[in-house]
Amino acid sequence: MPLLVLPQIRFILIQNRAGKTRLAKWYMQFDDDEKQKLIEEVHAVVTVRDAKHTNFVEFRNFKIIYRRYAGLYFCICVDVSDNNLAYLEAIHNFVEVLNEYFHNVCELDLVFNFYKVYTVVDEMFLAGEIRETSQTKVLKQLLMLQSLE
Amino acid sequence: MPAVSKGDGMRGLAVFISDIRNCKSKEAEIKRINKELANIRSKFKGDKALDGYSKKKYVCKLLFIFLLGHDIDFGHMEAVNLLSSNRYTEKQIGYLFISVLVNSNSELIRLINNAIKNDLASRNPTFMGLALHCIANVGSREMAEAFAGEIPKILVAGDTMDSVKQSAALCLLRLYRASPDLVPMGDWTSRVVHLLNDQHLGVVTAATSLITTLAQKNPEEFKTSVSLAVSRLSRIVTSASTDLQDYTYYFVPAPWLSVKLLRLLQCYPPPDPAVRGRLTECLETILNKAQEPPKSKKVQHSNAKNAVLFEAISLIIHHDSEPNLLVRACNQLGQFLQHRETNLRYLALESMCTLASSEFSHEAVKTHIDTVINALKTERDVSVRQRAVDLLYAMCDRSNAQQIVAEMLSYLETADYSIREEIVLKVAILAEKYAVDYTWYVDTILNLIRIAGDYVSEEVWYRVIQIVINRDDVQGYAAKTVFEALQAPACHENLVKVGGYILGEFGNLIAGDPRSSPLIQFDLLHSKFHLCSVPTRALLLSTYIKFVNLFPEVKTTIQDVLRSDSQLKNADVELQQRAVEYLRLSSVASTDILATVLEEMPPFPERESSILAKLKKKKGPSTVTDLEEAKRERSVDVNGAPEPAPASASAASTPSPSADLLGLGAAPPAPTGPPPSAGGLLVDVFSDSASAVAPLAPGSEDNFARFVCKNNGVLFENQLLQIGLKSEFRQNLGRMFIFYGNKTSTQFLNFTPTLICADDLQANLNLQTKPVDPTVDGGAQVQQVVNIECVSDFTEAPVLNIQFRYGGTFQNVSVKLPITLNKFFQPTEMASQDFFQRWKQLSNPQQEVQSIFKAKHPMDTEITKAKLLLGRSSDLGQHSLKKLILTLQTLWALASSTPKPPRLDACCVWSRICKLRCTGSRCAQARTLFPRGYVTYCRSSFNPMQAVGLCVLFPCVSATLGDHTAHSTMEHLSTCTSSLGPGRGWDTKGLLTGTTAGLPVQGGPGSMKSRQPVVQSTN
Repeated sequence: MPLLVLPQIRFILIQNRAGKTRLAKWYMQFDDDEKQKLIEEVHAVVTVRDAKHTNFVEFRNFKIIYRRYAGLYFCICVDVSDNNLAYLEAIHNFVEVLNEYFHNVCELDLVFNFYKVYTVVDEMFLAGEIRETSQTKVLKQLLMLQSLE
Repeated sequence: MPAVSKGDGMRGLAVFISDIRNCKSKEAEIKRINKELANIRSKFKGDKALDGYSKKKYVCKLLFIFLLGHDIDFGHMEAVNLLSSNRYTEKQIGYLFISVLVNSNSELIRLINNAIKNDLASRNPTFMGLALHCIANVGSREMAEAFAGEIPKILVAGDTMDSVKQSAALCLLRLYRASPDLVPMGDWTSRVVHLLNDQHLGVVTAATSLITTLAQKNPEEFKTSVSLAVSRLSRIVTSASTDLQDYTYYFVPAPWLSVKLLRLLQCYPPPDPAVRGRLTECLETILNKAQEPPKSKKVQHSNAKNAVLFEAISLIIHHDSEPNLLVRACNQLGQFLQHRETNLRYLALESMCTLASSEFSHEAVKTHIDTVINALKTERDVSVRQRAVDLLYAMCDRSNAQQIVAEMLSYLETADYSIREEIVLKVAILAEKYAVDYTWYVDTILNLIRIAGDYVSEEVWYRVIQIVINRDDVQGYAAKTVFEALQAPACHENLVKVGGYILGEFGNLIAGDPRSSPLIQFDLLHSKFHLCSVPTRALLLSTYIKFVNLFPEVKTTIQDVLRSDSQLKNADVELQQRAVEYLRLSSVASTDILATVLEEMPPFPERESSILAKLKKKKGPSTVTDLEEAKRERSVDVNGAPEPAPASASAASTPSPSADLLGLGAAPPAPTGPPPSAGGLLVDVFSDSASAVAPLAPGSEDNFARFVCKNNGVLFENQLLQIGLKSEFRQNLGRMFIFYGNKTSTQFLNFTPTLICADDLQANLNLQTKPVDPTVDGGAQVQQVVNIECVSDFTEAPVLNIQFRYGGTFQNVSVKLPITLNKFFQPTEMASQDFFQRWKQLSNPQQEVQSIFKAKHPMDTEITKAKLLLGRSSDLGQHSLKKLILTLQTLWALASSTPKPPRLDACCVWSRICKLRCTGSRCAQARTLFPRGYVTYCRSSFNPMQAVGLCVLFPCVSATLGDHTAHSTMEHLSTCTSSLGPGRGWDTKGLLTGTTAGLPVQGGPGSMKSRQPVVQSTN
């Protein structure tokens, strides 16, 4: 029963076309070397695919659901039995929140505000599960936190 | 509109990040980082106390440096300090640093836990949220110990804010996954289930994940969640697209929550009729909505809608009980097969694969065959084509096998390299499984080798040979077809192997045709010889010696080839030795002997196709979708060990039902009739009478069988416990070391292993042991010594029962302890005269025992013998050959201590070994093992005719025997053969002299090497 011990989402990665990591959120224990290897492998499998291909790639014993936005690849690694389209739209939902929060988000926003991106992720995904899907609710919460600064 | 500007709040951080981005080289970057690290270090060490803002800024810089891939070895304390700040932003950076740079420093963990505890108690929802997220991100055991009691309370308390509830639910889920033993079920569980009714859909979303995970482990406790989930789902799918406001995503109401609820329902069987009606309505509504015109042209709308649809189809397949829904699902997927979205085509193929295994929808799936074949030809994305291959494989049955195999073969010509091997395996399996006409099967496999020879693994060509040998109606056709295929100027080496083997066995069937006369066959094969690798050449040499037997007219041609320097002095030991042996064999043996030694291979035992096993190994069980397999997977395995697969269920075609005679791997036969007596002893030792003992752990029978011929290894393993054995036996005594390994990080309590001997076993087997320490620490191993005394012969094995407490649960495992009679056997040295004297004394009627019992399967002597021989090794692999030989040694040990019939069997087995040796195994270990067998056999052989057979092979082995052994064996052979009398036309003396004279023939560079692997290296 793989679902029992493992989270649905193994990790979330945001990488640019050159392979630079803009966010790496791990929901499973990996050591640092393993993380680096995973990052490189994901970059290698995802960047070779073109727009006519599916948004899903088998990857080791998991699968990667990914979507490209301009120069950035948003990748979610999940169990092979998981619902592809649900995670594909979870990515888009996340991107729409980032876009709203950073007011037309671009790659540099993620670089300079990396510590805020973690907060956005934690609001929407926690312990490898989808936590909140309402954009209104997430943005309201983020705005409230912003006001505390 | 919330919007943030670049790095607001921390200017220093933004400047630093800009600096790093402006660095032109890696060196410049490292320099800048080192400068910053020195700066931060001095600030942290400085006399002046830093204010919260500066501390936050520096900790954040350190975090940034760490995320760039540099090691950070300080700053942890400052980060922990930030946790106790009253400002949200400072706390947030502190928690983030802790979450990213998890540190097992125990001093810090205590401080961190303390800060978390304060924040959880603060009643400030923002701080509580931060603390809960930190626990959920780190999820260490220490945190579980500290907070597993607290979080359920927060989760179900009436006054907890919704957002805190969401975090608490998932935080608890994380702790439960990491340390289930620390999260005991309690009063809170029923209240958690009722969160499915919560007003706030975010809370329901988080709680559903938690409940799904908990329900998998504790289905009873969470049973009420089914009806609640169904009614929640029903409310969502029937709601108007605006009802759920925040939770409507591109006109789809709460898609993610719907998916989660549908997944929760997949933890359970179909619900009671009342709930079931409502659920069926939901599922129908979801299917209906798929047919409605889309409310938006946006892909987000269709994706969200279809996410729910695919999950609903998964649930329908999981229940596998509503034919109507299954067929509707299939039709819906059929529409998607031609959708313009690649994602949908891919998912439809994937989903249909599972539908194909349901008896209700198998036929409906088959109607889409043309679309799927078209996908195979036109899809641009290889992963989609791969799914099409999977689906074709899943929908294949007798009615469409020819078409599907033909399509797969033609696709193979252009298929991507990455998936060729898998397609080859699939084609091979389908061709075999659905072959009505075996000529079609042979054609298919030869095509396979022609098109994708490099991807045809050994399993595939072994299998075609097994099938041709077992089916005499196809042998002539196979010989003719390979002969024709070999005519091609360039053929794949795998074809040469198959061709060599088949012509060696059945070349005579086509030799009548002048176009494929023996000489032409030989010339054809030999024309490929020099281009082949060593193993193939070795195989061809065996084919040649078989030709000598089949076609006396080409004998001299072949002898010339064997005699040539390139063979006889080949640098490769295996080739050289074969050439020497075969040349010798062909010149000294009469046609009778040749016919015996080089007789046609006996049929292979029927069992699961090795190809299927390979495919399963390659892809994992889930992709090999057979009806039975799909069912089998669903059954939950309590002990955590893999279920032993039924002996040959669902295996590839089995022309005749037959069981593995040795019964080593098979399930225990139901106890029938009286206890078998000596006549069946060979079988008895290996058979199990499990009925008398406590229920055994699944898989333990398999493991037990593996220990019949070995003394050390892992006897049992599940997720918690591993049991290893080390044992030694001498005469009637033995000692066994049992190692119990705790695989978890938690202590086992009340750990009590008990040895149980059935009543009659107690009298025959004396076991003594001391109790072990009742606690086994996490990761630790304890050892127990058992002293064993065999008092009298016995058949059953003792049972080892282990009971302990793991976490809150009681564990009980039973395994058979592999103490079998054969462990106490002793070899006896005996001169031949003594032996025969003793043998002749065994003439009283009461010394011969015979018993008659009903066989479970039809019996045929030849097949039986063949099975004995090849019982476990028909795939000719090195490992299994070695295992076979070890088994045979045990058999031999048995045979020498029992009367006639078993001994005859064992003799027969040994002579078969000689043959196996001749017919082309490239197993080097076997070579070192055979001589001992020969010698043992020769020494006590009572059948002079068989001894003569060995004389012929003697030169081949004598080179690997010590002088002394060779001499005594020869002497004995001489005694045996002299009793034959002149009528047989054997000049034994001459033969034996010739043998010795033949020894120095082994010249060349390899000869020293070939003498080295001597008899001793049996193990």
